[in-house]
Amino acid sequence: MGAQLRVYRQKISSAKTTKKITRAMELISASRIQKAKQRVAASGPYSRAVTRAVSAVATFSNVDHVLTTEPETVDRAAVVIFSSDRGLAGAFNTNVLREAGELGARLEGEGKEVVYYLVGRKAAAYFAFRKRDAEQIWTGGTDSPAFEIAKEIGDAVVNKFLQPASEGGVDEIHIVYNRLVSMLLQVPEVVRLLPLEIVEGVEAPEESEILPLYEFEPEVDKVLDALLPVYIESRIFNAMLQSAAAKHAATQKAMKSASDNADKLINDYTRLANNARQSEITQQISEIVGGADALSSAK
Amino acid sequence: MAVLKVSVVSADQELWSGEASQLIARTTEGEIGILPGHEPLLAILAKGQVRVTATDGAEITANADNGFLSVENNTVTVVASSAELV
Repeated sequence: MGAQLRVYRQKISSAKTTKKITRAMELISASRIQKAKQRVAASGPYSRAVTRAVSAVATFSNVDHVLTTEPETVDRAAVVIFSSDRGLAGAFNTNVLREAGELGARLEGEGKEVVYYLVGRKAAAYFAFRKRDAEQIWTGGTDSPAFEIAKEIGDAVVNKFLQPASEGGVDEIHIVYNRLVSMLLQVPEVVRLLPLEIVEGVEAPEESEILPLYEFEPEVDKVLDALLPVYIESRIFNAMLQSAAAKHAATQKAMKSASDNADKLINDYTRLANNARQSEITQQISEIVGGADALSSAK
Repeated sequence: MAVLKVSVVSADQELWSGEASQLIARTTEGEIGILPGHEPLLAILAKGQVRVTATDGAEITANADNGFLSVENNTVTVVASSAELV
């Protein structure tokens, strides 16, 4: 076997093994995304109920509470970035980190100090490589987020938010995550959680709806104090679930194009290998014919 | 007669939803009963049971922790970060 032919055969077999892996990963994420989407849907009633209660409170605005009032000066802002633990998901992590970078630059341009909270190994690695500081990092479990983690993150940022700015507290909380629009489209999204912005994508109550005037039990302040962490937790949990679903979709898409690419490579190299084999045979024939000719004419 | 539209949700799923004639929950102030026509209310739940009497007479009991109760327009939502049906 000629050297060229051997090289082609090696490339074909390497493309074949890679294709097996990418195909398997594609199938795995295809099966996981269904579950992830169901979890997003299942958490819908909770976050809708919480958001509705919070917006009811926000319209009941003659109460003075950190939840509903804009601070006069913002010195520090917290940014929570939701990435994934694993790569091989196309531009999934790049997108969310770029969006976070833009947000960070914008906030710093407004004279605010930015404090980062990172979720997922990819964001942690990104920050470690650039030697940038992060306040707190959570890794592991981004594929199927647990509510406990959301609670932990929520507690951390809410505590920071309730601290006065002079003691290192933050005045704003932003989250950056990938939202699953469709199987083919995941959009990085920036949401300001605090101070409250009720204007939001999917869960906003309709504008025409009149929010009722609420009775609070025990007192309005205590209800708001209790509601604040619950609201933040539910939004963070929702972001984590969205991000997990979007990650599976992104992986599926990336792995599908990798498998398709492997198919194309196998095809191309098979053609080249056939060519090489054929020309080897042709050469051998012409050598034999040439040799026979030379022998017969030498007689 | 008016009925209450009740849904009991925890962080990761909706536990129960349906029509009910009465709901009893334990808030931080004490037990509260909700009947159809109750005024809008937002209350913090203490750890304890939420009992719902469905319109067909069935009694649904759920353990709720770390949640709140909102009532508006005969729609009752019991929201708890952790809750389970008993």
